[in-house]
Amino acid sequence: MEKIVELKNVSMNYHSSNGETQAIQDISFDIYNGEFVSIVGPSGCGKSTILSLISGILKPTSGNVFVKGAKVDGTSENVGYMLQKDHLFEWRSIIKNTLIGLEVQNKLNKDNWEYVNQLLDEYGLGEFKEHYPNQLSGGMRQRAALIRTLAAKPEILLLDEPFSALDYQTRLAISEEIWLIIKKEKKTAILVTHDIAEAVSASDRIIVLTNRPAQVKSIYNINLTCDTKTPISCREAPEFRYYFNQIWKELDVHV
Amino acid sequence: MSNLSKDHLDYLKKERIKKLSVAATQLSILILLFLLWEISARLKWIDPFIMSQPTRVLKTIITLSKDGSLLLHTGVTVLETVVGFLSGTILGTAVAIVLWWSEFTAKVFDPYLVVLNALPKTALGPIILVWIGGTASSIIVMALLISVVVTILSVYMAFQSTDEDKIKLLKTFGANKLKVLKMVVLPANIPSIVSALKINVGLSLVGVIVGEFLVSKAGLGYLIIYGGQVFKMDLVMTSVLILAAAAALMYISVAWLEKKLTKMR
Repeated sequence: MEKIVELKNVSMNYHSSNGETQAIQDISFDIYNGEFVSIVGPSGCGKSTILSLISGILKPTSGNVFVKGAKVDGTSENVGYMLQKDHLFEWRSIIKNTLIGLEVQNKLNKDNWEYVNQLLDEYGLGEFKEHYPNQLSGGMRQRAALIRTLAAKPEILLLDEPFSALDYQTRLAISEEIWLIIKKEKKTAILVTHDIAEAVSASDRIIVLTNRPAQVKSIYNINLTCDTKTPISCREAPEFRYYFNQIWKELDVHV
Repeated sequence: MSNLSKDHLDYLKKERIKKLSVAATQLSILILLFLLWEISARLKWIDPFIMSQPTRVLKTIITLSKDGSLLLHTGVTVLETVVGFLSGTILGTAVAIVLWWSEFTAKVFDPYLVVLNALPKTALGPIILVWIGGTASSIIVMALLISVVVTILSVYMAFQSTDEDKIKLLKTFGANKLKVLKMVVLPANIPSIVSALKINVGLSLVGVIVGEFLVSKAGLGYLIIYGGQVFKMDLVMTSVLILAAAAALMYISVAWLEKKLTKMR
């Protein structure tokens, strides 16, 4: 498999008038094409910073980030970013919301417009194209947000705790759905989460980070034996508990 | 309507009655005030020469309408006010955009804006009069000055409180500052701009009346000051009442516009 994302000795410091904060320190890892990788770590350890570095909206203090072999310098159309909330614009209809990325990149044309329409139809939002975000349920909004990301045809999806604003049932259902969509569209996905169960059930690999400044503590290859490999059914797998407990211990949570 | 339960119909009826009784009371107070005014003038409890009275106001309105001066004076004041609050809002929003664009500019001008905001703009009246002259333009400038600083401050504040994550979202797609302005900051803050417009109706009316007190030869402010000088209290009261009606009408129109705009969102 080919490497699609590479982090090489990446460090990142934030500066403010209160002083300097080291968010991440000397992190290196590779992500392969088609993988679903989760990054877990203690809260506030700099997980989201890693996604911002891969997406190119932040520049590392030292080290390099490569996407598809090219050094990251500013945002790239290969990378799509899903934030914690859906952030649909309430003054735009659903179809206009999903076209935002293309509009920003000046790529609004008939082909792309048809592609977005097809995505909306395929993923159950066909009847809601002309609706406004406040008329949709939390799960539907999250799906619209995913289509907005997919519309720009990224190869890599960065998911920054994209379900954390949803209630538990919706969260399970929508993470299953979105996982299926990501697999169907054959995207590489990097998920940042503090939900260990979510990470174990969805991922091929899990990167565990230390407290701030974040370093890579360990990397787990997840091999679950389940008939249909989807997040919800994989929670039934016998190995699920083992991975869960291992990572729980690694995180070394003290309240 | 037939599928509504009896309970719900009762509820709707009660709500309607509540609304109607508020409106009826409001109207009664107004009528009562005018009646009391008229009666106390007729019974000589108050001096109608100083306090005027509704029938005299009515007579004044009729005389003023006959020679067309009522329409002229009201029209002049309304026009000056509309130009004042529209230009105040547009200019204020434009400056707010500049401040949002350049944090450096915003920081540099912050103390100046604070002082300008605290300064009673009416104190600048005589200066404007000397600089621009006794024309309608100085009245409009007066109205503009009163509304523009508040607009800059409130719209800039609204711009700054635009959801950071919505901006981040656009940046992940590679948006530049102009795109962020056009796609998030402006559309997200249309309600704040319209609400500034609403406040500016009242503010620029203050500017226009003060301006007319100082310079004009036409307008309701002119009628009020002229009436006061020649001791025609009927004329003063009439002008004040018409001014109140015009102010209410302008406010209602902008509120209606606001409703339309928020519905479109």
